[in-house]
Amino acid sequence: MLEEQLVQLLSPEGERVTHAQYPTTLNTDEIIALYRDMVIVRRLCNESTSLQRQGQLALWAPLQGQEAAQIGAGRALRTRDFSFPSYREHGVAWCRGISPAEILRLFRQVSHGGWDPQKYRHSVPTIVIGNQALNAVGYAMGVQRDGADEATMVFFGDGATSQGDVNEAFVWAAAFNAPVVFFVQNNQWAISEPTVRQSRIPLYRRAEGFGFPGIRVDGNDVLAVYEVASAALQLAREGGGPTLIEAYTYRMGAHTTSDDPTRYRFDADVEAWKHRDPIERVKAYLVRTQHITAAALTAINEEADVLAMELREAVLAMDGPDPLSIFDHVYADQHPLIDAGRQEMIDLGLGGVR
Amino acid sequence: MTAMTMAKALNEGLRHALDADPKVLLLGEDIGKLGGVFRITDGLQKDFGEDRVIDAPLGESGIVGTAVGLAMRGYRPVCEIQFDGFVYPAFDQIVSQVAKLRARSSGSFTMGLVIRIPFGGGIGAIEHHSESPEAYFAHTSGLRVVSPSTPDDAYWMIQEAIRHDDPIIFCEPKCRYWEKGEVDVTASTHGLFDAVVRRLGEDVTIVTYGPSVHTALRAAQAAAGEGISLEVIDARSLAPLDFPVMMRSLEKTGRLIVVHEAGHNVSISSEIVAQLTESCFYSLRAPALRVTGFNTPYPPSRVEKEYLPSVDRILDAVDRVMGFES
Repeated sequence: MLEEQLVQLLSPEGERVTHAQYPTTLNTDEIIALYRDMVIVRRLCNESTSLQRQGQLALWAPLQGQEAAQIGAGRALRTRDFSFPSYREHGVAWCRGISPAEILRLFRQVSHGGWDPQKYRHSVPTIVIGNQALNAVGYAMGVQRDGADEATMVFFGDGATSQGDVNEAFVWAAAFNAPVVFFVQNNQWAISEPTVRQSRIPLYRRAEGFGFPGIRVDGNDVLAVYEVASAALQLAREGGGPTLIEAYTYRMGAHTTSDDPTRYRFDADVEAWKHRDPIERVKAYLVRTQHITAAALTAINEEADVLAMELREAVLAMDGPDPLSIFDHVYADQHPLIDAGRQEMIDLGLGGVR
Repeated sequence: MTAMTMAKALNEGLRHALDADPKVLLLGEDIGKLGGVFRITDGLQKDFGEDRVIDAPLGESGIVGTAVGLAMRGYRPVCEIQFDGFVYPAFDQIVSQVAKLRARSSGSFTMGLVIRIPFGGGIGAIEHHSESPEAYFAHTSGLRVVSPSTPDDAYWMIQEAIRHDDPIIFCEPKCRYWEKGEVDVTASTHGLFDAVVRRLGEDVTIVTYGPSVHTALRAAQAAAGEGISLEVIDARSLAPLDFPVMMRSLEKTGRLIVVHEAGHNVSISSEIVAQLTESCFYSLRAPALRVTGFNTPYPPSRVEKEYLPSVDRILDAVDRVMGFES
């Protein structure tokens, strides 16, 4: 029943599925590259969880289970496109070229952002749920006015679809035919609340009421996500307006390291979704078709281990900023309260590199 | 010098800004064909097109939230909030994104946008059309808040605000929209964040802004008839406040009264009195007083005359500071 609604190109067992509207455009090397991305971001995510448990991060929001959704969408973006994350899109950030250590700056409590959003064309994390949807539509309206061959993609979760800002973003995108793709990762849970608390209908069907296409894709199928996202981005670039993509997936871990999902969901559900693991199905496909060797699989795992070790070293070496830096970017121009605050901190002896 | 209303001065200022920089865009409800409910954008959509003077869907968070994205893209959006009491749906975007994105991105994003808010009472309106929300924004680090009180200031301040790289809440005293004044279209005489002495005096310093400047000047004229000399300072910028100008005046007069329409509780006047008491303590000859709206929701407008700061209430405060004996 579920599969009937979903765009799927690879079954949970790793069997290729054909879809009339979305043929696969990826060759074997590209599929292996997506597999590598997913293995790496999961490994980095697990390392981050460990770092949090060891007291090295204030918090961590794991992406486990959502690798296909994030890597499929992230790799569909072109360099010139611009993307807007919430706070769990570590996989998308990886695709945008942001280093794992930069991603962790927020969780290491040394920055509210972590990377230069203009450099990577990936905005800074937005923690207030749904705000970024409107910002993305505005950005897309700017792209539209520039006549640029670019698309904008904005990421949010199932819970965010209840926010006014997300619904206003749908209204605005439709009214101005903005070149934006709304990518909702329906991971079934907004912390402890199931998606049925947010919506009586499947989320992708919301789009129809706003007047643009909505598509539900198997969010654990990286091939399908890549194709659906690529098509929606291209539609936006060509002036075809907005699309809502619902990536139907599952948050295999906790909302954050502060959460205890055993209080609100059943082990059986978690087990059932393990059989839909986004990484295992690509691996099953590649192995069965003999597109990848055991040595190549091992090499990818080893590469992920090295990156995880490098991330750990970078995090442990990551010190807090100079307290005086809090005054640096509040305003573009001189401001007496900032000047006075900086001077007061200096006089109190609180400044200086730690 | 040309005589025009503040509404016309704002219209001309916006027109110049649109002319000067193709990145300037206007967004708001009914600002296109209608020219805005106060006609501030009259004729601008006809001359600059629907892509630059944008009739927005009816949602204030959408207006400000999309302006944030446009600013990220390098545009200079100017949002019109139709009335003061309708800005609150956009409060989240203003406080969480507009004010913080520059800092969160370590200076990568420039939030060069202006949010125009017709504010204040005195026009006989129904509820939500007469509020003074400026303190909410002045309190928020990352924002700047200014308010013109004359057509000349309106003409220049709106252009300077649009050119500025920081987000600016631009509070327009709607009850003064239709009052005429001389506008010097050749040059601005004041900086955007400078307070200005509107009337020189010796006995009492009145600090005020926006719609109350006119009221304070009338009080000063009345007081002069009784031999009391009031110095009237138009703060113009509410965040940051230009304390040096106020301090110079207070060191001369030793008496301070702050006037505004918003209730005084945790208000712009709270900050002015606190700072000036700290920096001019030994110059003070009387406790600082405030003449403001009452600390209630804005009343039904049949009684707004009793609610708003008036010439009589200012003169009463003048009598009290003049009669104070330590």
